[in-house]
Amino acid sequence: MNFELTEEQIMIRDAAREYAQREAIKDVLERDAKAEFPTHHVKALGELGFLGMMADPKYGGGGMDTVSYVLAIEEISKVDASLSVIMSVNNSLVVWGLEKFGTEAQKDKFLPPLCDGRQIGAFLLSEPEAGSDATHQHTTAEDKGDYYLLNGTKNWITNAHSASIYLVVAQTHPDLKHKGINAFIVDRNSPGISLGPHEDKMGMRSSDTHSVMFTDVKVPKENRIGEDGFGFSFAMKVLEGGRIGIASQALGLASGAYERALAYSKERKAFGTEIANHQAIAFKLADMAVKIENARNLCLKAAWLKDQHKPFGLYSAMAKQYAADIAMEVTTEAVQIHGGYGYVKEYHVERLMREAKLTQIYEGTSEVQKIVISRTILK
Amino acid sequence: MKILICLGNVPDTTTKIKLVDGKPDLTNAQWVINPWDELALTRAMQLLEDSNNSVAKVDVATVGKISSEPTIRKALAIGADEAFRIDAEPTDAYFTAAQLAQVASNYDIIITGIENADYNGSSVGAMLAELLGFASVSAVSALNIEGSVVKLNREIDGGKEMLTVDTPVVLTVQKGIAIDPRIPAMRGIMMAKKKPLNVLAPVEAENLTEIIAFEMPAPKGSCKMVDPANVSQLVDLLRNEAKVI
Repeated sequence: MNFELTEEQIMIRDAAREYAQREAIKDVLERDAKAEFPTHHVKALGELGFLGMMADPKYGGGGMDTVSYVLAIEEISKVDASLSVIMSVNNSLVVWGLEKFGTEAQKDKFLPPLCDGRQIGAFLLSEPEAGSDATHQHTTAEDKGDYYLLNGTKNWITNAHSASIYLVVAQTHPDLKHKGINAFIVDRNSPGISLGPHEDKMGMRSSDTHSVMFTDVKVPKENRIGEDGFGFSFAMKVLEGGRIGIASQALGLASGAYERALAYSKERKAFGTEIANHQAIAFKLADMAVKIENARNLCLKAAWLKDQHKPFGLYSAMAKQYAADIAMEVTTEAVQIHGGYGYVKEYHVERLMREAKLTQIYEGTSEVQKIVISRTILK
Repeated sequence: MKILICLGNVPDTTTKIKLVDGKPDLTNAQWVINPWDELALTRAMQLLEDSNNSVAKVDVATVGKISSEPTIRKALAIGADEAFRIDAEPTDAYFTAAQLAQVASNYDIIITGIENADYNGSSVGAMLAELLGFASVSAVSALNIEGSVVKLNREIDGGKEMLTVDTPVVLTVQKGIAIDPRIPAMRGIMMAKKKPLNVLAPVEAENLTEIIAFEMPAPKGSCKMVDPANVSQLVDLLRNEAKVI
């Protein structure tokens, strides 16, 4: 057993930290207030290679392992979870899904611009009536011979407005239920695609979230991913890996809030001493540190298993559920430690708390993770 | 044209320094590229990428033990072509300059930061130029190369001095040489481990200085509050306690 990071992993973590602490921090409060998409940061992260970190260099990827990915997402999330969700969706849902299950022609065509930030991708699974229960897809993809015809509505789509490439899950053979579902690569500019209004969210306000409507959208046959009926398996496999990204994001929200609370507790004085010297605060910090370390170990274990090509679904679900739940607890305590200052935006921790809430909901709620975990351990 | 950046391996500038047995205790310090050297490297990379000059290669050199390799590897990840590590502790400025001289003689432009963020000696660049018999320009805040003409700005009291220099030359550079240090990209990090990192044995050189002792700055005194109505108390304190009037 070896807990040491390699020199490259440390360098990637430090590069992400440097970017977050020096660049992303500059306008994070303003982007949160205005719900403004971080276009220039996405471009910069693409140029640095953070948007296709794990893809093979022959497709323009960074060729890095999943452990490096966890480290990078944690660092970006300490400062800006809107930016890290864009990273997570692009890296672990879109790029990974295409690289793992796409044809060589699909990979050659779509991966290079997604890896270097010229384009970003979105993953369209959730529907108004199919969130956690993804088997009931109402969006249809009718087989018309040499193309599919897409109709329906997708909800809560991260990157919906900014993405150039959509990965869309839709029902082709309703009689076959989830075995009739397909996944497609769809050009965002195809005729018949329209967006709902920008969702006015509680947190992650700098990432753009919309519903997406498809009306008779033609998708070329060669844009289907995998065999006919592979779509549901595709979505589940992709989400299994995606959970590592969101788990790491939750971890970063927790550790970012903790680092701020730790620093504040050593500066702020009450009753004649720094508040860190009061056991009420010191014990809170101790609890936060233990939870963060546990979450980090779970994220890294899930990533390590994935890198070793071993089954990792149980661990990515554990990491996602645990990290999301402790992110909510730790960010809430960070606000508490800051007192009144924690409740104002300038001190960042209230934003981290708002953002942490979403990690318990998207890419599988904490309850869905418990379904995955319990079904696996009860097998 | 070849550029060599001399890199210092220094504790992160936010490190809190404590003295243990009379010496700075750096056991828990994070080590980084000396900030001025990192800016110099950033500027050199910009010049390397610009096709309007004759810069063809940018290398880096450091004097340090194996523990300094992560810092030099970062320079390779940022884009330097080749690295040299002279395997010795950089114990004083002359010793360090003498070590760097063994690799620096082949370069047209050799750059050091204006000082190292640890002991702030500010001497290596000038000593290196003297040892090599090269021209030396200090406090450079802008470096431009047009074809093979090297143009510099120097900060002087109340203004700027613009000059051109012949190569070979040693420059010590300061703030302004580049705005922000470059962050290594994924591709650079991946390529860094394949780039040559040459380890050289140190040459015989003496230390010309000896550190006798370190002293921490005196802690800031506590602040005494005086009631605005009580001016005579303020005058008394300024005269008899602070002894400034």
